[in-house]
Amino acid sequence: MANHWETVIGLEVHAQLSTKSKLFSSSGTTFGRAPNTLVDVVNLGLPGVLPVLNKEAVKMAIQAGIGLNCTIHPQSQFDRKHYFYPDLPKGYQITQFAQPYATAGYLDIAIGGSETKRIRINRIHMEEDAGKNVHDSCALGSRSVIDFNRAGTPLIEIVSEPDLSSSQEVVSYLKSLRQILRYLGVCDGNMQEGSFRCDVNISVRKHGKKELGTRTELKNINSFKFIQQATEYEVERQIYLLEAKEVIVQETRLWDSTKQQTRSMRSKEDAHDYRYFPDPDLPILNVSLEQIENLRNNLPELPNKKKERFLSDFKLSEYDATVLTEEPEVATFFEEILNHHRNPKLAANWLMNELLRDAKETPLHQLKFGAKELAELLALIDSEVISGKIGKEVLGILKEEGGSPNRIVESRGLKQVANSDELKPILEEIIARHPQQASDYRGGKTKLIGFFVGQIMKETQGKANPKLVNKILKELLG
Amino acid sequence: MVDILEQSLEAACQQIRCGAITSLALVSACLEKVQDTKDSGCFLHVSESSAIQAATQSDQRHKNRAPKSILDGVPIGLKDIFITRDAPTTCASRLLEGYIPPYDSTIVAKLREAGAIILGKLNMDEFAMGSSNEFSAYQPVRNPHNPDKVAGGSSGGSAAAVANHSVFAALGTDTGGSIRQPAAFCGTVGLKPTYGRVSRFGMIAFASSLDQAGPLTRTVRDNAIILQAIAGYDDKDSSSVEQSVPDYLEGIEQGVQNLRVGIPREYFEESLPSAMAQALAKTKKSLEEQGAELIDISLPHSEYGIATYYLLATAEASSNLARFDGVRYGNRVGGDDDLHAMYQNTRSAGFGPEVKRRIMLGTYALSAGYYDAYYLKAQKVRTLICQDFRDAFSQVDVILTPTTPTTAFGMGEQLNDPLAMYLSDIFTVNVNLAGLPAMALPIGFDEDNLPLSCQLIGRPWDESTLLGVARSIEKYGGGSI
Repeated sequence: MANHWETVIGLEVHAQLSTKSKLFSSSGTTFGRAPNTLVDVVNLGLPGVLPVLNKEAVKMAIQAGIGLNCTIHPQSQFDRKHYFYPDLPKGYQITQFAQPYATAGYLDIAIGGSETKRIRINRIHMEEDAGKNVHDSCALGSRSVIDFNRAGTPLIEIVSEPDLSSSQEVVSYLKSLRQILRYLGVCDGNMQEGSFRCDVNISVRKHGKKELGTRTELKNINSFKFIQQATEYEVERQIYLLEAKEVIVQETRLWDSTKQQTRSMRSKEDAHDYRYFPDPDLPILNVSLEQIENLRNNLPELPNKKKERFLSDFKLSEYDATVLTEEPEVATFFEEILNHHRNPKLAANWLMNELLRDAKETPLHQLKFGAKELAELLALIDSEVISGKIGKEVLGILKEEGGSPNRIVESRGLKQVANSDELKPILEEIIARHPQQASDYRGGKTKLIGFFVGQIMKETQGKANPKLVNKILKELLG
Repeated sequence: MVDILEQSLEAACQQIRCGAITSLALVSACLEKVQDTKDSGCFLHVSESSAIQAATQSDQRHKNRAPKSILDGVPIGLKDIFITRDAPTTCASRLLEGYIPPYDSTIVAKLREAGAIILGKLNMDEFAMGSSNEFSAYQPVRNPHNPDKVAGGSSGGSAAAVANHSVFAALGTDTGGSIRQPAAFCGTVGLKPTYGRVSRFGMIAFASSLDQAGPLTRTVRDNAIILQAIAGYDDKDSSSVEQSVPDYLEGIEQGVQNLRVGIPREYFEESLPSAMAQALAKTKKSLEEQGAELIDISLPHSEYGIATYYLLATAEASSNLARFDGVRYGNRVGGDDDLHAMYQNTRSAGFGPEVKRRIMLGTYALSAGYYDAYYLKAQKVRTLICQDFRDAFSQVDVILTPTTPTTAFGMGEQLNDPLAMYLSDIFTVNVNLAGLPAMALPIGFDEDNLPLSCQLIGRPWDESTLLGVARSIEKYGGGSI
């Protein structure tokens, strides 16, 4: 039954721009500060105050627009959107309604294998965030208080066309969008802190039908997993209702992650008349074509470009290139290793196997050492000063204490023993101690060479050069 | 004591500078005058102790021969729409009764910087909405020339306090005539600068695209001195413009030789009271005698001004006043744990009838389905009105009109007829719609001893020409008080 139905999804993403100060005033934007410490007379909406546009926010917004292949408009305008709510200090939000700064973009998303799908972006506009109402209960009863730290924080809202048709596509779009914004350095993409929020507009229709079905909107879901679950639930709910010949109510719904279902928040009948009109406090925003071109020419490398370059320049595998370009921090770290020691395959292996595995607990920027130190370590391995095994030991020390790999190897005497005059007597003694194994080897059980290697490694604490050990052993046992 | 208050601000400045008088003496005399004229209702707050303290400091600076500016030590008044960090700022509203803001408006900061003494906060129509000052939530302002007449509005307290010599100058704001109309009713000089000339930061907004602050004084030269102190770009106000500020006293005495003065026929069609018509005729004649050329001009869209203005101004006001919700400041009237009841109670109790009327009008004009027919249409007409003035200024240097259709009307006369009240702005609103500078200037008295006034309208940024023409009229034509 369900495959008679086609799902139509459009997304509205609110991304917080990584500016130091707010969109229209000078107070800071750091997350997690004590309530109402990042406020000033302007973003508290005191009588008499006026907004002044943050130029850095405009720059970042335009970079995002360029990165998402939009037309950037040299003229755009700020409007006031009115509603009463305690966390909205002025009784209106400053946003761009009639003339957004960017329109008609697109984003190509991966949809399995090497296939991509183009999702059109309708528009991007700048706007200010609201504060946060906090309802708390204490011994004295319950009360509502407001934290205005977030009020006035710059956001861009990225509105897609209804081009998505599954929960997987939704997640792929969001991941790819978030990755691009992070690469551009315009949004940290932190979903828990609310710097990257998503509203999902969902409707279903019979296959082949032109007109869209009635849609519902899922609001403010803060993880990819929940977005996927909520979308899947909502699609099924709508199909179920339609097959039962019931009507879909146009409404906003919330995802209840405990009950694993969506529930109604408000219907369209409660919708506000926002009474939009151009904000008379703010002149038309003019951005010169030259400025736009300048930003375009200096745009940081985007993830897909970087991946292509990793494939062609470093001859990495598709998988390695994908993993290493997923996060801008990782890609930068990788390239920095190569700046100091150019062995892409080795660097990729060590970065992916030894560092990214723990990246959840210890992100790269929290390590006690940098890409330069890792490069130094890889150079020691490549030049056979130490073995890979000792390399891991050194890495363990770096993780614990930091420091320089050269000095660690030096001071702890971890250098390989690659001198046959030193190794030969030790091996002769080992063979003498194990006559049975020696004669078995000579009798054809050549696999036993591993036994002798193990013995000498034990004796040298792993420092014996394995190649040389093999060579000497073959001579002595031959 | 009182005679030192009779002189102009400029003369008072000179006397302080040469040591003939102290700032403290001036402040004391003004405070005494404020007390004597208490019934006029000019002041909402008198900053007695801070004014005396500031005067003492000013006198010390003069003694050290290090005054901050020409204005150092002179007492002035502020319309209660300007944010002051040391005095209550109420906008003559119950909603903001007792509200002391945590910052200074740019204008106030500039005046303090210049050493001017802020004597107190002056009465006005609530949130600058009104043309008679009867819509103050506290008390009306009485006309200094006849207590049964209104002082005009909304800057009625400013005009009356200057006219009754409580202060040497006052700051007002003008959205549709709120400086010029009360200046006309009270017989003072009032100037509304070009939109963007003076910072709006810290001036409680009524209609953001129209509001502009300006001086009310007893003489034209005094007006130039105050304008000099407050004009200039402010990076805290995105609508202020980076335009160089000339020396306004330089050239103010140059006369009107060869100046082309436009007489727009639409402004003289209304049947003006005969004394006013005569005074305007005399003013025109005087300008001609001084070498100016009078040119008949037309501003064809003038008649749409009032409708356009009251649509745009109320739309912006309905938005600007949304912040007065009782949440963060002002007087909250609770709602038994119901948020919407709290909003409703606070705004019902806090706003007076005219403010409520305009919020309703403006909300309607911006509503979905009405926006195009009202707000957008009004914006289009505004463009036509601007174009009228541009065309006119290709032929003339300045435009002369009456300031108001009548002299000061009686207290209570128009209180229940909002439309009649709105029409008293008929000659002033177009100037705000076009963002132009304009002045109201006394030109004598009528048979009932009520002041008569003419309005001069200038090119954008050309306050200098306005002041020069006004000075000529003051010297040879009009009858300054």
